[in-house]
Formats: sequence, structure tokens, C-alpha cells
Amino acid sequence: MVPLSYYLVLSGILFACGVAGFLIKRNIITIFMSIELMLNGVNLSFVAFAAHWHALAGQVFVFFVMVVAAAESAVGLAIIIAVYRTRETLNVDHVNLLKL
Amino acid sequence: MNPNLSLWLIPVLPLAGAAINGFFGRKSSRTAVSTVALVFSGTAFLWALTVAWRASSIPLPYQEYLAHWVRSGSFSVDFAFYLDQLSLVMLLVVTGVGFLIHIYSIGYMWEEPGYYRFFSYLNLFMFFMLTLVLANNYLVMFIGWEGVGLASYLLIGFWFTKDSAASAGKKAFIVNRIGDFGFLIGLFLLIQHFGTLNFTQVFDQVKPLAVESSGAGLLTAIGILFMVGACGKSAQIPLYVWLPDAMEGPTPVSALIHAATMVTAGVYMVSRSHVIFEKAPIALAIVAIIGTLTALFAATIGVTQTDIKKVLAYSTVSQLGYMFMACGVGAFSAGIFHLMTHAFFKGLLFLAAGSVIHAIGGEQDMRKMGGLRSYIPWTFLTMGIATLAISGIPPFAGFWSKDEILYKAYQTSWIYWLIGVITAFITSFYMFRLLFMTFFGDYRGAHVDEHGQLHSVHGPDLHRDDAHGHGEPHESPWVMLGPLVVLALLSTIGGLVGIGNHFEHFLAPVFGSEYPQKIAEGSGVNELLLMVISVILALAGATLAYVLYVSKPELPEKITDRMHGLYEAVLNKYYVDEFYAALFVKPLIGVSTSVLWKGVDRKIIDDSINDAAEGARHVSDNVRHMQSGNLRSYAGWIAAGSAVVIAYMVWLGVGR
Repeated sequence: MVPLSYYLVLSGILFACGVAGFLIKRNIITIFMSIELMLNGVNLSFVAFAAHWHALAGQVFVFFVMVVAAAESAVGLAIIIAVYRTRETLNVDHVNLLKL
Repeated sequence: MNPNLSLWLIPVLPLAGAAINGFFGRKSSRTAVSTVALVFSGTAFLWALTVAWRASSIPLPYQEYLAHWVRSGSFSVDFAFYLDQLSLVMLLVVTGVGFLIHIYSIGYMWEEPGYYRFFSYLNLFMFFMLTLVLANNYLVMFIGWEGVGLASYLLIGFWFTKDSAASAGKKAFIVNRIGDFGFLIGLFLLIQHFGTLNFTQVFDQVKPLAVESSGAGLLTAIGILFMVGACGKSAQIPLYVWLPDAMEGPTPVSALIHAATMVTAGVYMVSRSHVIFEKAPIALAIVAIIGTLTALFAATIGVTQTDIKKVLAYSTVSQLGYMFMACGVGAFSAGIFHLMTHAFFKGLLFLAAGSVIHAIGGEQDMRKMGGLRSYIPWTFLTMGIATLAISGIPPFAGFWSKDEILYKAYQTSWIYWLIGVITAFITSFYMFRLLFMTFFGDYRGAHVDEHGQLHSVHGPDLHRDDAHGHGEPHESPWVMLGPLVVLALLSTIGGLVGIGNHFEHFLAPVFGSEYPQKIAEGSGVNELLLMVISVILALAGATLAYVLYVSKPELPEKITDRMHGLYEAVLNKYYVDEFYAALFVKPLIGVSTSVLWKGVDRKIIDDSINDAAEGARHVSDNVRHMQSGNLRSYAGWIAAGSAVVIAYMVWLGVGR
């Protein structure tokens, strides 16, 4: 059986990749994907814990996260399309109208 | 038997008048305003008369409870009224003279803008004065005490566009405040040691205490503090300086507030507290000394003044000094007696002076009067009676009360008597000087040329009493002369109640029999002798005034030339105002400006707030750059923040 720590390390790596991508990338789509990566990293640790403790709660949580992530993607992609239509770019550094 | 006199009506009626005129007077006609003012003050007077009539058949003192006010542990104060012989006398004087002056004011103030305001203030004053007089405890008395100060301030500054009037009002208020401070501390001492401010309760606790003859104690302290309060309100040394300046107010105000009623509040308060003072001989001696000195001091200033109202103002200060002298020698009923007669003749003097001023178009300088006798005979007649009364010439009112005081003073110490008699001489001199300068000789005032224009000698800053031009000095309307005649009558016969000590017997239930052993000693011959001496001196003063101002009018100038230094000093009121300015006012302004204003207010208070605001702005100026609009930098902050939080939680060992 694969030890728990392996899952957790993988989960941590996935999350760190997500964070790094979120911070480094300028393309809004890539940032979006980084978010998904972070979510899935967390999902992985949930599932790993659930299997380890033989508790269902973690698995249920993962379903919730997936549902929310789906909803979030729907809204997020809609916003991205709207942004692209008005600004003709997907570079977040150029989408800074809300600054002081 | 528990009769109900409805005392509360007496103060509340003028208050209602003040409210009606104050709120609705601006849009009403002058007739309506006068009607309201007269009806309410007149009804108060009638009710006071009814009370006086009914009071004779019920046991006094009578108390009337209205409402709770303060309840704090065992200490309590009620809105409650108290009627005994003393407050009855004050009640009748205040409402009676007040009503007469209301009538007079209709004529005097008719041309004034702010007519309704004047009557509203006047009624308000009546309310507070009656509250003061009727209170059954010191706190309610204090409401009235402060209230009359307020009314006085408002009325002195009635012509508030005139700078001198506005500052005179402020001066009166501030000087009074110094006195009130003493009074208030006295009240605190009463609360601390007796736990009550109710007259009857305080006096019941004081009565069994020993007389503080060997040394000063609590009662002496209270007495002296009360006297400080009385000095402020009743214009005694060292706080008398506001009263002469208060003459900036309209003349009826001077008559009502600054002669007949408000300034006597101090005398009333001291008399009311006689139980305390009788146990504190040192405080009593201080009262007597202050009174005596003030009487003499103010009288000498009165000799040199040329403004007709200023003479009367100093005369008022001097007469109040007599009253305090009487209180100080324990002759409280004599003091109250003089208070009453003084209200008659000094009220009359002021009203007559107002009539003179009215007659010659606002001139107040006696050097520009003269020979008015034939122009305004009624004013002359009534003012003559008042002059006789104040000079102490029998059988006019002032004679009886003044001699009562002098006789009582003699029994305590001949020094009081001597100064009192000298003052009486000076009083007689300056009052007849006023009379002669005003009514005798030739008219020295303004005349009218062929175009009907008034060749006015007086500047625009003088009284605006009377806007219409004058050909010749003219007699005042009857609405003004009526009160003069009534007061003249009272000044003539008002003193007769003192014959055979009737007045003293009337007040005996309040004051007890004063110094009974001494009165037994004093022989009738002695009293008669003293009386004759003071009358002779009064006549001498009058004669001297006649010589100097009628038969040989060039003499005064020679005398003043001869005694130039003294004359200058007296003319400038002994430089007391300048002295106070140098000693108190200027240092106070200096310290306030340099330390309190520029130091504390600007440097500490303002700067601390400004610096705090400046600091906040500075910090936010820097911090706002964080909000760059750059999504990735936000994300970076979030990540960094979460990292910190997580590190912290790990360090704490959460969930372990």
C-alpha cells in the first residue's frame, strides 16, 4: 500500500505548481488553469486522508469542491470572454483599471 | 388647617408673559406686546397682594411643595416655595415696583426696535427674581440668583449693536460670576456639613451650634463665602465695578434691576441666612465693614460724576452699602426696611432721570441740562421728592430707614455710625447737586434752529432713547408720569411703617428680636440726638450743593483746580477699573493668549490632532501603492499572507 505521505507530497507539489503558475503567468486562461491545479491538489489530499482514516467526509468534500469548481469555471470563463471582447487581450497586467 | 395660597402662580405668570412675548412678540403690534407684558406682571402683583392679604390670617412661614428635583441618597432638593414676612415684603416690592416700571417702560421704550424683546426680558427677570425671593431652599434660590444675572446681562446689552453696551453686559456677567463662585462654594459646604439646602432644615441644625466667637469656623467660612456672592450681586467692594457700567442698559432696566430689585438680592440672601451669620461674628463684622466702606467709597465717587445715571448708579452702590452695614450690625430688619424704601425712591430717581433724558432727546450729561424745572414740572416734583427721601430728610421714606440703620450701627460701634453719617452728608450733597444741575439755572442743552434741525451736542453713541427731534424739552407722557407719581407717593409715606418699630415687629418672627439687651440700653434721647445730627448733616449737604451749584456756580471749578490731584482720582473712580485691568484682566488675557491659546490649545490640542491626521495621511499615501490593480501582485500578497498564517499555525501547533 502506498503510504499517506506520498499522496500528501504529491498534493503539495500540485498545489505549489498551482501557486507558482498563478503568480508567474500573465495569461488569464493559464491562471485559471493554475487555480484548477490548486483545487485538485487539495482534492488529492482530501481523498488520501479519507482513504487513510476510512472516513467518507473527505470524499464528500471532494464532490463539493468539484461542483463549486465547475460553477466557478463557468462564471470565470464567461468573465474571461467578456474581458477579451472589451480589451482584446488576455494579459492580466493590462487589466488593471480598478487600481487606485 | 392647610391653606393653599398658590404661590407658584406669582413667578409663573411673568414667565408666561415672557414666553408669549418672546415667541410671538416679533409679529405682534406694540399694543399687543404691552398688553401681554402688563397683564401678566399686573396679575402677578395682584396675586401677591391677595397672598399678602390671606397670609395675615394663616400661620407663617407657609411652605408650598411643587415637585421633586434632586434625589441622591439622603440628600434631596425640591421645587418648593416658602413664604414668611421677609419674603412677603420682597414679594410686594418686586411685583409692585416691577409692575410700575413695566407701565413706565411702555412710554419710554415705545420708539425702540426690539420692543417685544425688551418686555420679554423684563418679564423673564420678574420670573427669576420672584423665584429667588420665594425659594424654600438655597438651590432654588440659586436658580433665581443666576437667572436674574442672565436677565440683567440681556438687558444691559439690550442695545447690543453698541459696543460699550455689549461689553458692559459681559462685564456685569463676569463680575457676578466671581461672586456666584463664592456663593456656590458656600452651598457645597452647607451640603457637606448639614446634608441639606432647605432653609428650615439648615437653620434648625445651625441654631443649637455655639457662636463662633473665639475663632473662625465652618459657619464663618460659609458666611464669608455667602458675602462674596452678595458682593457680586449687590455691587459691593471689591466687586461693585459692574454696576456703574450697567447703566448702558435702558433706563427702566436700571431702575428695576440695578436699583430696586436685583441688586438687593444680596441683602436678601444675607438676611435670609441671618441664622448662620448670627453664629459667626467675624463674618458679620466683615459684612458690616464691607458695607460701610462701600457706602462711603461709592458716595465720594458719586460727587464728581456728570452723567446723571452714573451718579445714581454710585448712589445705589452706596445705599446698598448701608443695607449691608445694617445686616452687619445684626439689624437685619433695618436693612430690609432700607431695601424697601430704597426700592421706592431709587426706582423713582431712575425713572425720573429717564424722564429727563427722554425730555431732552437722549442727553445724559448733567452739564448740558439745567433749568428744566419749568419744562418738566412733574418730573421735577417727583424727582425732588425722591431726592429728599434719599437724603434722609424727614418725613420722607429714606429718613426713617436710614436713621434706623445709623441708630443700630451706633449701638455696635460709633465708627460705623460716623462713616454712615458722613456718607449721609455726601449723599445729600451729590443728590442735591444732581437736582440743581438738572433743574435749576439755565438750560445748557441743544437748541433748535429755524429749519427745525436739532443742533445736537451729543454724539451718535449716546442714548437712542428718543429718535424724534425736539424743539424744547418736553414733559413725558402720562404713562411714564403715572408710575413716577405713585412712587413719589410711596417715597413720601413709605417710611411711616417704620415709626414705632412697626416694621421691625412685623419682621420679628423671621429675625427674632435683635440684640435685645442693647436695645434696652439705648435711651430714647440718644436716638433722637443721632437723628437730629444726621438731619442737620443732610441739610448741610443740601445747602452746600445749593451754594456750589445755584448761587455761586463758578466755585466748583475753583475748588477742583485747587484739589486737582484728588479730583482727578475721584473723577476717574479712584482708578479701580484700571487697577483691576492691570492686576487681573491683562494678566488673565496674557496667560490665556500665550499659554492657554498658543500653548495648550494650539500646540498641544490642535497639533496632536493635526499630527495624527497628517500621520494617517502619510501612511496611507505609502500604503495605497499596494493597490496596484495588478492581479498577480494581489495574488502574491494573498499567497504570502497565507504562508505567514500557515507558518504561524504550525508554530503554534494547531491541531496537534
